[in-house]
Amino acid sequence: MGNDVNIGYLTLSAILFGVGAIGLLVRRNALVMLMCIELMLNAVNLTFVTFGSMLNDITGQVVVFFVLVVAAAEVVVGLGIIVAVARRRPGATADDLRVLRG
Amino acid sequence: MPVPSMEVAIFFVCSLIALAGSLGVVMSRNPVHSALSLVATLFAVAILFLNQNAQFLGAVQVIVYTGAIVVLILFVIMLLGVDREEDLTVEPLVAQRPIAMIAGVVLIAGLLTILFVGGAKLVTGEPSANDPIMPTAAPADSGEAIRQQQEIGADNIRQVGAELFSDYVFAFEVTALLLTIAVVGAVLMARRPRDLQPLPKPEAIDDEDLEALSEETA
Repeated sequence: MGNDVNIGYLTLSAILFGVGAIGLLVRRNALVMLMCIELMLNAVNLTFVTFGSMLNDITGQVVVFFVLVVAAAEVVVGLGIIVAVARRRPGATADDLRVLRG
Repeated sequence: MPVPSMEVAIFFVCSLIALAGSLGVVMSRNPVHSALSLVATLFAVAILFLNQNAQFLGAVQVIVYTGAIVVLILFVIMLLGVDREEDLTVEPLVAQRPIAMIAGVVLIAGLLTILFVGGAKLVTGEPSANDPIMPTAAPADSGEAIRQQQEIGADNIRQVGAELFSDYVFAFEVTALLLTIAVVGAVLMARRPRDLQPLPKPEAIDDEDLEALSEETA
């Protein structure tokens, strides 16, 4: 496995992470923000797998498994919050949650 | 590497799909299109996992992410009925987008600078080889090669499982606890409270346009 391809993988995951971060900052729809977080988590997963293959170490893939579990839990809780907010105020964007004084 | 191998070709095709999908997630006006773009990106990343001999993660990525998470997100989109187009031309917060773009570009540039200036060794450190990935190179003999090719995926799963249930068994149990807490929290939040009060309308930050916009969207 050539080193050039590994650099390519790391570059791709850096760009994916950045695009997800820009989306998280720009978009106001809470669902799309959640999807951008998933995008960032996936970029990190790709980095972990690439590091695992670069270092010839299986631990990278094990860590990705844990990240997947955390992502699943995060989506469940996030969607619960979104549904709870939408029930009280339909069509709410993330900006409307300023009333929480967070 | 004089001849571009299959691995490199797959990498380029899938990275293009992943990049296009990620841009689709960020720039789609309709949340459903964002979710479908996310599916494209996740599939491309799953193929990249397979390309790096992480067969277990490739399968789990497709099952958990595209099979469960994105379907759940789509389900909530349909449930809430927010699958209408959103006007992306208005900019509710002044200078939010330029600042976000600058922040994102600085982030990407910083990551790439670390990568290309420092080299991959700086990012990862020296190889520790505590738990080396099993060799997957197939021998030249044809029957043996086919059998070995079939064994590669099984080896990966066996190795991840052995690692998960030996060195990381405590973390594994903690993830079980985390999932339980998440399920309890989701059930608690999805419960319909008896005195359902609409959220008060937030006061505008500073200017009049924002006020008009929030009345318009409410």
